[in-house]
Amino acid sequence: MTTQTSIRVKTLVIDGRDVSAREDQTVLQVAREHNIFIPSLCYLEGLHPVGACRLCMIEVKGIPKLQPACVTRIKEGMEVVTRSERIDKYRKMVVELLFAERNHICAVCVSNGRCDLQNMAKALDIDHVGVPYQYPRLNVDATHVRFMADHNRCILCTRCVRVCDEIEGAHTWDIMARGRDSRVITDLNQPWGESESCTSCGKCVHVCPTGALFEKGKSVAEMVKRRQFLPYLTTMRESW
Amino acid sequence: MKVMPKQIVIDPVTRIEGHGRITIQLGDDGVVQDAHFHVTQLRGFEKFCEGRPFEEMPSLMARICGICPVSHLIAAAKACDALLAVRIPPTAIQLRRIINMAQIVQSHALSFFHLSSPDLLLGMDFDPVQRNIFGVLQRYPDLARDGIRLRRFGQQIIEWLGGKRIHPSWVVPGGVNEPLTEQRRNQILATIPEALEIIVRTLDWFRTAMGIFQEEIATFANFPTLYMGLVNEDGEPDYYDGRLRVVDSAGNVINDGIEAAEYHDYIGEYVEPHSFLKSPFYIPLGYPEGIYRVGPLARLNVADRLNEPKAYEEWSAFRELGRRAVQSSFYYHYARLIEILFCIERLRTRLSRPDILNKHVRAYAEPNSFEGVGMSEAPRGMLLHHYKIDEQGLVTWANLIIATGHNNLAMNRGVLQAAKHFVKGNKIEEPMLNRVEAVIRCYDPCLSCSTHAIGKMPLHVQLVSADGGILDEIKRG
Repeated sequence: MTTQTSIRVKTLVIDGRDVSAREDQTVLQVAREHNIFIPSLCYLEGLHPVGACRLCMIEVKGIPKLQPACVTRIKEGMEVVTRSERIDKYRKMVVELLFAERNHICAVCVSNGRCDLQNMAKALDIDHVGVPYQYPRLNVDATHVRFMADHNRCILCTRCVRVCDEIEGAHTWDIMARGRDSRVITDLNQPWGESESCTSCGKCVHVCPTGALFEKGKSVAEMVKRRQFLPYLTTMRESW
Repeated sequence: MKVMPKQIVIDPVTRIEGHGRITIQLGDDGVVQDAHFHVTQLRGFEKFCEGRPFEEMPSLMARICGICPVSHLIAAAKACDALLAVRIPPTAIQLRRIINMAQIVQSHALSFFHLSSPDLLLGMDFDPVQRNIFGVLQRYPDLARDGIRLRRFGQQIIEWLGGKRIHPSWVVPGGVNEPLTEQRRNQILATIPEALEIIVRTLDWFRTAMGIFQEEIATFANFPTLYMGLVNEDGEPDYYDGRLRVVDSAGNVINDGIEAAEYHDYIGEYVEPHSFLKSPFYIPLGYPEGIYRVGPLARLNVADRLNEPKAYEEWSAFRELGRRAVQSSFYYHYARLIEILFCIERLRTRLSRPDILNKHVRAYAEPNSFEGVGMSEAPRGMLLHHYKIDEQGLVTWANLIIATGHNNLAMNRGVLQAAKHFVKGNKIEEPMLNRVEAVIRCYDPCLSCSTHAIGKMPLHVQLVSADGGILDEIKRG
């Protein structure tokens, strides 16, 4: 008798194309394997998906509500639509709300030209923000010897929280408060430089999609995020 | 019946960078009593940079202006160098000098050809509808094209070095972030001969044209003041570094060798209730006696020499214009052209040195000092950025003294002088008002920079009595 569980292959339709995939895969993973573009900001290969940014919303036949592709498992016979007027409008609104929520000043940002949020706005043809800016007064945490956290540029994607917990195992980062008051924090909302748990590994900095977490000393447009470590570490650990 | 005092308002002043207003106060007899140049906008860069990482300051401060962002980049980067307390690589200094000179060429070309040449070529009395760069293009297409080509020359160098023409982020604390390649160097050198031809041709024309403007030369802010500018060890104008020199109207050096960090011992800032633009003055002489001028005229007045052959010749002729320091602000135009010539020749000299291609162009450090001052020459004059930071490198305080600000007292006095000479009676004549505006234009003020404001509107002039009644009104644009 074998203990190995068998994973079955299922077939589904994405944007009219018949595709087949392993049953434990999500719609987002399958779409990307077949070069079908579904935007996302919080999703990162190698970290557990959380469905936080709501950019990967898709239409599934038979379900009236939009579904987040990153946490929607495939089903046999599923029919998925990744682009429609409704979806495009929804995605644009999500990105506009992200821009309006905090103070994203691309022109003076360390990540200008290399920012996932900025690139997303370009990909979705966003040329203006239709909702009023909130201009919250947020601080910059520069207490760490090597890194800085600028909450003005944080989109609460929780990539830093997940990479610190799942890959580094330190769980220095977490989220406090709710709604528009939410902030990423280190330890129990102590300055980053005083964190007991932080190992200063820098993984959070490199997975951060914007200029919210960056290396000290970097000037405008100079912060290059290197994320190759993530699939490498994930694969190595799985093979143990 | 008693005649009420009247006021003439020129709002906004046109063909300058930014938004300003002139009011001319008339007495009972219709004679000009007083005149003021008001800068009516406020932007507050000194406030909203608080709490930001200091590494962001060069790019943040460059946003003060789209015409001279490089000047702010340079002054801010120098202030940040002082925070790092490092010596930046010599090649980085040379490269910063080059981009700064390219910026001076393009900005001066804009001021002279695009903004002021309509007055000079078409005449102060010309139909205001056509008294602009398009009018010049129609009647003097060669000269207009020269102006456009010359501005492009400077802008192109900025793009080649910094990656883009406006707001490049190439200048960083500690140096620059990319060395110059040989290919780029050769590209720049190849554009220099045409630029030189243009400026020599323009100077030949301007020298003869000055004969027509004797009345303007005599009355356009033609009065004694101090002059301030940065000079290097050879006594040449130094646009990037150097120390501050002050000369009086007789051309005597009254102070020399002032370091950036000492500026607050010499430059005070007085606040006039009528303007958002502060009025800096030379502290040892007090307010308002410490009135001084900066910019092209001042730089050529404080210099001992210009060590480039053509520029030296031209500068020598310029110095003959006044027995001591050259006083009339009309000569700002002439000085601007001489500076363009000097910068082009100096660009060629610097780019021809092999060490300009050196790859070591940046010094790295954490902040080692909590306070830093950067001083350099912008196209319009000496520029000061002064920052304080906390232990983590976040900005806690900033003070900027901008070139146009230094000239504020002189601009006000110049407006009064021209108004007294040209404005007569209580009927507004457009040409007379244009002459009052043209005084301001001599200084090429960048109000966007000096108050950190931006705006443009058609000219609106009102002649208002003391009880608020509009006696006369004209609209332009």
